[in-house]
Amino acid sequence: MLEVEGLSVSYGAIRALEDVALRAEKGMITAVLGANGAGKTTLLRTITGLVKPTSGTVTLDGEKLTGMAVEDIVRHGVAHVPEGRGVIQEITVDENLRLGALWCMGRSERRVAMEEIYELFPLLSERRHKHASTLSGGERQMLAIGRALVSRPRVMLLDEPSLGLAPIVTAQLMSMLRDRTHGSDITVVLVEQNARSALSVAQRAVVLNLGKVVVADDAAAVAADSDLRHHYLGF
Amino acid sequence: MSLFVNVTLNGVANGMVFAAMALALVFIFRATSIVNFAQGAMAMFTTFIAFSLLDRGLGYWEAFAAALAIGLVLGAVVERILIRPLRGKPEINPVIVTIGLLIVLEGMAGSIWGNSARGFPPAFSQTGLKFGHTKVAFSHFDVFILGSVLAIMVATMALFRWTNLGLRMRASAFAPEVARLLGVRVGRILTLGWALAAVAGSLAGLLVAPTSSFSPYYMDLNLVFGFTAAVIGGLESPAGALVGGLITGLCVSYVGGYLGSSLQPLGALALLMVALMARPQGIFARPEARRV
Repeated sequence: MLEVEGLSVSYGAIRALEDVALRAEKGMITAVLGANGAGKTTLLRTITGLVKPTSGTVTLDGEKLTGMAVEDIVRHGVAHVPEGRGVIQEITVDENLRLGALWCMGRSERRVAMEEIYELFPLLSERRHKHASTLSGGERQMLAIGRALVSRPRVMLLDEPSLGLAPIVTAQLMSMLRDRTHGSDITVVLVEQNARSALSVAQRAVVLNLGKVVVADDAAAVAADSDLRHHYLGF
Repeated sequence: MSLFVNVTLNGVANGMVFAAMALALVFIFRATSIVNFAQGAMAMFTTFIAFSLLDRGLGYWEAFAAALAIGLVLGAVVERILIRPLRGKPEINPVIVTIGLLIVLEGMAGSIWGNSARGFPPAFSQTGLKFGHTKVAFSHFDVFILGSVLAIMVATMALFRWTNLGLRMRASAFAPEVARLLGVRVGRILTLGWALAAVAGSLAGLLVAPTSSFSPYYMDLNLVFGFTAAVIGGLESPAGALVGGLITGLCVSYVGGYLGSSLQPLGALALLMVALMARPQGIFARPEARRV
């Protein structure tokens, strides 16, 4: 279980997060929702150590991650798919995938894990020797997610995976995510502005507004609360 | 005709040295976007250490290897102590620091070994090879220059293209934050980049020392030529460094051969201006990444 407690982050005089708490369970998708500037991306960046919090802690199965270097947090099984630009465009699809597994696997184990990802995303397999810059938006997102999955992470943090994707591609992505997560021991934190599609696959949801948690509840309850939806989620 | 052939051969040999210098600059620029103005001075310093070791009776190849190894360490130490603390600061800061390092190293070398020109021995004979009865301006030593620079170029390209370490280095250069998120220890990769750069620079220093007036300032002009080569090649690719080095070497050699050697720096400057006007991104620049 990934636990965030009392997390506050400031960029200079600007408070990005204030006393944020979050519990994300194994085998579940926890959606983090909210408008632009609500602090969703900052929350993920703080969990992976890219941003240092002014106070608060992040723990994974009881072990404190706060204060560790990004590279070490990755080594604890936290895979972060950053917003939009996660794929390294100047290298090939295969090299991107290899990079995802490089820190945790030897050559033969890596080959097996990479083939699994190619089976999951056959489109990537066809383009494995092409530069990632030649991929479409949807393919890039597949590659970014595949590159996170290849290391068999304990926690996967996804930042706006639906950004810029056609609705049908988003739907495919979400159902793939649901199938991979439910009943597995992976913990998924899904940051989305597209609240409707995130709530359709998540079990839990946290709504952020101006850096504070407005509500943390079952996804179904959040989806059912029309006041909340109108106020913070725009649908 | 024979003047042309000899000037061309001379240009190739010089060009290989500039290519090694350019490779050193490229290593650092592509990883950190810093032009290391101390690259020449660092090479000068390690070559002077080799000179001292030779003076104490160490064998030529032992001294040669020692200079490269000391270059490796020097590069890593400079990155850790002088450049690392400036990460995240304006890019001009580390550039100014490298200029400071250049002055300090030349000053130190002057006080240790003196400012007057010495002679540094070549690895092989410097008399021209003979083809039939014609002697050309390309010696055994020039063959060694050609071979060793080509070797380091091929090794660099193989490193980048085929090894996991090279993949980590490319990822760190293209997208440092994403690389960290994939577990690459980018800080160590940067240190390694500076270390390898200093090895390439040291090699250039050792290769050019026998044909230079070997004083603490002998690498200044080579840095200028190496920089010209690196810019022509696009500052980011080892292949570009090689081609840029050859173009610069030939150009400088033709200017020297036909117009007089005092005009050589001016020739390099003119070449740099022409190159920047015709193709400011360099010959081998990677296409601008499109962000979607």
